[in-house]
Amino acid sequence: MNSVLQYTIQGLATGSFYAIAALGLAIIFGVLGVVNFAHGACYMLGAVVAAVLLDVIGLNFWAALIVVPILLFIFGVILERGLVRWLLQLDPLYNFLLTFGLSLFLVDLIKRQYGVSGLPYTIPDVLTGQIIMGSLRLPTYHVFVFVASLLVCLAVWMLMTRTRLGMIVRAATERSELTRALGIDVGRWVTPVFGFGIALAGLAGVLAAPMRAITADMGSSFIIILFAVVVIGGLGSIVGAVVAGFLVGLVEAFGQAYAPTFSQVAIFVLMALVILFKPNGLFGREESA
Amino acid sequence: MTHKKLVATAVVSASALLLSACGNAGPGGDGEGEFTDGKVVIGVLNDQSGVYKDLSGPNSVIAVEMAVADYEEEYGDDAVIPEIEVIDADHQNKPDVANTKAQEMYERQGADIILDVPTSSAALAVADQANSHKKLHFNIGAATTELTGAQCNPYTFHYAYDTYQLANGTGKTVTENGDTNWQIIYPDYAFGQDMDKSFTAAIEAAGGTVGGHIATPFPNDNFATFLTKAAAEKPDVIGTMQAGGDLINLVKQYGQAGLADQGISLAVGLMFITDIHSLGVEPFKGVTFTDAWYWDMDDESRAWADEFMEETGGRPSFAHAANYSAAKQYLEAVQQEGSDDADTVVGHLEGKEVDDVFLRDGKFRAEDHRVIHDVYLAKVKDAADVTEEWDYEEIVSTIPAAEAFRPVEDSIAAGCNLGD
Repeated sequence: MNSVLQYTIQGLATGSFYAIAALGLAIIFGVLGVVNFAHGACYMLGAVVAAVLLDVIGLNFWAALIVVPILLFIFGVILERGLVRWLLQLDPLYNFLLTFGLSLFLVDLIKRQYGVSGLPYTIPDVLTGQIIMGSLRLPTYHVFVFVASLLVCLAVWMLMTRTRLGMIVRAATERSELTRALGIDVGRWVTPVFGFGIALAGLAGVLAAPMRAITADMGSSFIIILFAVVVIGGLGSIVGAVVAGFLVGLVEAFGQAYAPTFSQVAIFVLMALVILFKPNGLFGREESA
Repeated sequence: MTHKKLVATAVVSASALLLSACGNAGPGGDGEGEFTDGKVVIGVLNDQSGVYKDLSGPNSVIAVEMAVADYEEEYGDDAVIPEIEVIDADHQNKPDVANTKAQEMYERQGADIILDVPTSSAALAVADQANSHKKLHFNIGAATTELTGAQCNPYTFHYAYDTYQLANGTGKTVTENGDTNWQIIYPDYAFGQDMDKSFTAAIEAAGGTVGGHIATPFPNDNFATFLTKAAAEKPDVIGTMQAGGDLINLVKQYGQAGLADQGISLAVGLMFITDIHSLGVEPFKGVTFTDAWYWDMDDESRAWADEFMEETGGRPSFAHAANYSAAKQYLEAVQQEGSDDADTVVGHLEGKEVDDVFLRDGKFRAEDHRVIHDVYLAKVKDAADVTEEWDYEEIVSTIPAAEAFRPVEDSIAAGCNLGD
C-alpha cells in the first residue's frame, strides 16, 4: 500500500513536467496552428539557463522559477517575430521543419558550449529530504513539484477563464475560425501567446533541474512523450493537456513498477487506445478543418 | 582481392623506398629502421560529440600528443621513428561509422595503430578491421570482455578496464566489506545486461546475494519508481549499471529519496571522474565504484595530471591517462624494435611487464591480449573533505593486477584463441 502511494506521488511529480510543458505546446498549437517541435529544446533551455545563472550570478532556485520563464518568454517573442511568423501563411509543415531544425540547433549549441556531461544544480535546503508519515517516506521535492505545478495549471486556467485575454485565446484555441469571424483580432495575441507557451516549457525545465540530468539532450525523449500527452489530451485542448500530462506520468510510474520493460510502450499503447476510441483525444473537439 | 593487396603492397613499398631515398635517415637515425611510408601514424578514434566526449573525446587526442612529445623529448637524437603523426576521428558511438573510419585510417591515412574507441559495438568493429588489415588496435574506452574472449585477435590489446574487472572490483570488494544484500538496477541493453551478470557472479562468489535485478529502459530519465521498488526489499546496497546522463538522473533521485539515511548505500558499476565533476560531489558523496586510475593517487600521477591540466584546463579521467600510456608503450616498442611492423610490435609486447604512470604492475598478457594492472576501489568524498577542484575521490583499496582481471583460463574458456 505504501509503495502504491509512493508510486502515485512519483507519477504525479513526473506528470507535472509533462502537464506544464504540454500546456504550452497546446496553447501554441491552438492559437498559431504550429506544432512546436522545439518545445523539448525549450524545456532543456529552462534547466540549462537556471543552472548557468546559478553558477554565474548565484541566482537561486526560487528566483529562477520567475526569471527563467521571463527570459524564455522573451526568447519566444523573438522567435515568433523573427522566424515563425513568416511561415504561418504556408503549409504547417514549414513551421514543423523550422522548429525541428531549431531544436537541433539549440541542442548542438548547448553541447558546444557546456559539453555533454551535464551541469550541476543545487536546490534550497527546505526542498531536500523527505516528508515522513509513519512508514511512508515521500521526497519533499516530488511533493513540491506536484503542488507547484497544480498551482501553475490552476493559475493558467484562471487566466484563461477569468480574463479577456484568456477568453480570446481560449476562443482562438478551440474555435479559431469562428473567433476571427467575430471580428476579434487574433493576430495581435499571436506573439505573446507563443512567448507564453515557450515560457511554460522553460518553467517545466526549471522544475526538472534539481531531479534530472541537465544535459543538452534532456529534451529529446521528453518531446516525444509530450506529443503523446497532447494527442491523448486532444490537440489544442488546454484542460486535456493538463489531465493527460498527469495521466501519462502515472502510467509511466506504475508501468515502471509493475512492468518495467513495458513502461515506455505503455504510454503509446494508451495513446493508440485513446485515438481508437476518441480520435480527437480525451478532451478534443470535432475539427471541421 | 589478393591481386589488389599485391598492388597495394607494391605501391606502398615503392613510395616507402622513394621516401627513404629522398628523406635520408632522420636526425640520429641509423637508417636501419623499417617504417612503412616513412612515419608512424597513430589514429585516435572516439566519441567527440556525444555522451563519452568528456571522459575521453578530444582530450584523449591531447593525451596521445603528450605521449608523442614525451617520446621525442626522451629519445631526442636517438629516436628511430622518422616522423610521428597523430590523426583523429569521431565515430559517434556507431559501429558502422567506426568501421568505415577505421578502414579509412588504416587504408588511406596509413594508421599503424588505432587507440581509444569507446562503445563496445564500435570497438568490436574496429578490432575486426585491425585483424583484417594486420594493423594494431589498443582498446581503451570500451568495456566488453569479448575483446579478450570470443572475439580476441592477434592485433588487438585491451588496455584499461572491462566489465569483469568492474564487477570484480566493486561487486566483490563491497560484498567482502559487509554489504552482502544487493539490488541491481541496470539498463536493458547489451552493456547493462553484461554488467548485471558479471556483478551477480562476483557478488555471489564473495558470499553475497542479489535479491533483485531491475531492468530499466534505455535511455531513461525517471528512476524514482525503480529506486522505490529496490528499496522496498531493504537491501544493504543498490548497484546501478547506468552510465552517463542516466547515471546522473539516478544518482539525483537516489539522493532525493533519502535512501542513504535508511542505510542503503549506492554502488556504481561504471563511473568516470568527469561524471562527478559535472555534478559536483554533493549528489555522489559516499558512492563506491572501481576506478582504473586516479589522477591524485601519488606524486607520479599528480605530476602527469598537472601537465595534462596545463594542456586542457581539466584533470584527466582514467581513459585519458590510459590513452597516454598506450601511445607511449606503443612508441617504446617501436623504438626498441626499430620497426612499425605490427607483428614485430606484438611480438615485442606479448608477455612484457611494464610500469608507467597508468599501468602499475602492468603486463601485456600474451594468451588473451588483456593488459592487466592494479585497479582501485574508490569512494566519492564528502564536500567538506574536498580541498581543491577535481579532488573528489578517496582510494579505499588497491586491487592487485593479478586479481583484478579475468583469469587467462576464463578468457580461453570464453573462446579466445590466439593460436600460437
